[in-house]
Amino acid sequence: MNRRPLVTWQLFVRTASLQRKRAVLTIAAITWGTVSILLLLAFGQGLKEQLMRGRRGMGENIAVIWPGNTSKVWQGLPTGRPVRLRMEDIDFLRARMPDVEIAGEMTDWSALVTWGTKTLNEPLVASNWQFGEIRNHFAQPGGRFLDALDEAQKRRVVFLGDHLAREIFGKVQPVGKRITINSLPYTVIGVMEHKMQMGSYGPPDENHAVVPITTFAAQMSRQYLNDLVIKVRRPGLMAGALERLRHVLAAKYRFDPADEQAISVWDTVKSSQTMDNLTLGIQLFLGLMGALTLFIGGIGVANIMYAVVKERTREIGVQMALGAKRGWITGPIVMQGLVYTLVGGATGMIISVVLVLLIGLIPTSGNQALEFLGKPQLSWPISVATAVILGMIGTAAGYFPARRAAEVDPAESLRYE
Amino acid sequence: MNWPWSSKKEERRTGEERVPIIRMRGIRKVYEKGTVTVEALRGIDLDVDKGQFVAVVGPSGSGKSSLLNLIGCLDTPTEGRYELNGEPVGGLDRDGLAEIRNRRIGFVFQNFNLLPQLSALENVEMPMLFGGVSARQRRQRAQELLEKVGLGDRMTHKPAELSGGQMQRVAVARALAMDPDVILADEPTGNLDTSSGSDVLSLLGQLWEQGSTLVVVTHDMSMAERAPRIVEIRDGLIVHDTGRA
Ligand SMILES: Nc1ncnc2c1ncn2[C@@H]1O[C@H](COP(=O)(O)OP(=O)(O)OP(=O)(O)O)[C@@H](O)[C@H]1O
Ligand SMILES: [Mg+2]
Repeated sequence: MNRRPLVTWQLFVRTASLQRKRAVLTIAAITWGTVSILLLLAFGQGLKEQLMRGRRGMGENIAVIWPGNTSKVWQGLPTGRPVRLRMEDIDFLRARMPDVEIAGEMTDWSALVTWGTKTLNEPLVASNWQFGEIRNHFAQPGGRFLDALDEAQKRRVVFLGDHLAREIFGKVQPVGKRITINSLPYTVIGVMEHKMQMGSYGPPDENHAVVPITTFAAQMSRQYLNDLVIKVRRPGLMAGALERLRHVLAAKYRFDPADEQAISVWDTVKSSQTMDNLTLGIQLFLGLMGALTLFIGGIGVANIMYAVVKERTREIGVQMALGAKRGWITGPIVMQGLVYTLVGGATGMIISVVLVLLIGLIPTSGNQALEFLGKPQLSWPISVATAVILGMIGTAAGYFPARRAAEVDPAESLRYE
Repeated sequence: MNWPWSSKKEERRTGEERVPIIRMRGIRKVYEKGTVTVEALRGIDLDVDKGQFVAVVGPSGSGKSSLLNLIGCLDTPTEGRYELNGEPVGGLDRDGLAEIRNRRIGFVFQNFNLLPQLSALENVEMPMLFGGVSARQRRQRAQELLEKVGLGDRMTHKPAELSGGQMQRVAVARALAMDPDVILADEPTGNLDTSSGSDVLSLLGQLWEQGSTLVVVTHDMSMAERAPRIVEIRDGLIVHDTGRA
């Protein structure tokens, strides 16, 4: 019986030429459907990866904590009391939460930056040396971020965002140059490696300068922090860390740990889950659109096969009279539908791969819209899903006409000419 | 060699001679087309023994083709009992009937009903394909049969490249492919001119002489007269049967 597929195939090849023109059109429809499903999913994937990269740009598994005013009465104390975080709170918290990386931030939204004759108003962040790791400030080759010694010795060193560095220095290499910030000289020790950043709670990182928090506090005589940034090792640890942090600060500053206004928190782990759901939704939607296009192609294939069955009713009747069982009648039709679909699908896959490669060659840097859209990405799950959908549609496209063929009444089809 | 038909040949020679190949009792066939019902057969009793040559005659619309379709398991009776080789056929599903048609029946149609895309050889192979005969045996048997019907030099021709008489001889070869118990022919010469018609007739006569069982529907009295047994049908009933007399 193992020779049977071969013979079925031969029967198919013999009769396939009957509907050549329509077959070509239908295969083209399947190709088009495959290209659209693959490209839509590929763009969805590219967008998702871009969003993920952009999200990571600010830092992974991090949360930002801002002090606020109490909104609940606590231990007899009134509402509306300001909570103020101080420099020493950083070490205080580190001692109680050893598994969490913590940095404090002081900000000057409009610091006066001068190089030679050029003077600019730029955002300035003062933080601990851990800030670089937490907030993904990686130095371009030849430079470095702040380190523990800079902080301990209150050195006047500055790390520049890449955009800011270009604004000040143009084509000149900034590392080692001296600039003045708020009238005091600082040495540039590094420039940030360019990164995609989507979330932020201030100007984008590429636009600001970072100096040691100790240097800044001494220079400006400040002791209060604008905010804290914390980073946990795994996303799952964030909720617990924030809970602990709330309790530690609440005990120290005497507010209700449940008071959402006393300190406000941006938990990027939580918001990234929302984002994941959103991108999943987008991908499902795009996939559905593509699948619908493919489905319409499948209806075309089924249509052809219905026409073939109708045209060949008499031959089917003859085959039945000669003793063909159902499988012999339905097999070639199912196979034909499947072959049309798979040929169209394979062509579509090849075209999609070529298109994705070509789109990948278009430079995106400099074009914000393109950079945001990302590059379309063909992945194995996408290809497998498409292949499965193609197979299902192809089988269905052959199955229903084949069922019609098997219902042909041999006596009826032979009686009338 | 393991020919699927060789075992049946033995069975035919040694089997009990009493059991007729075809046994029909009280066969009725009613066609329902919407509100119109036509009673094409109104109670047919018919026995055909091995090796008989039966001509079925009767006016147009009398039910000859309906009867032949029932004998050939192309259709099922509305009522009545039909045994083929002692085995009841009623109650078989579509695949069961297909198997009967494949192994026990050989059809010859008025309009040949060859598959136009296939060569003469492949047309003859068709029933053996459905019967699960190996490719090599199919080819060999088909060649033998085409030579037997005098078309050894036309094996690779498509039906469109053959004359009517040649096409009908291919059809006869095809009917013989699975060595059936009975060969059924519905007006086999109806579409042929006199000379190729008589060619086909003498071919059928030859088969009968070699032991085949034949049931042939015909308008042609000269053909009917060749048959030793003539069954005449009128209005769905057998009105005369020389075999019963
Ligand atoms: N599929 C069908 N549906 C409805 N009525 C049918 C069908 N097949 C046959 N009939 C009717 O049954 C009756 C017998 O038809 P049948 O074809 O058996 O006659 P016949 O003897 O073969 O005639 P002819 O010599 O013209 O071929 C006719 O009245 C015909 O109209
Ligand atoms: Mg008839």
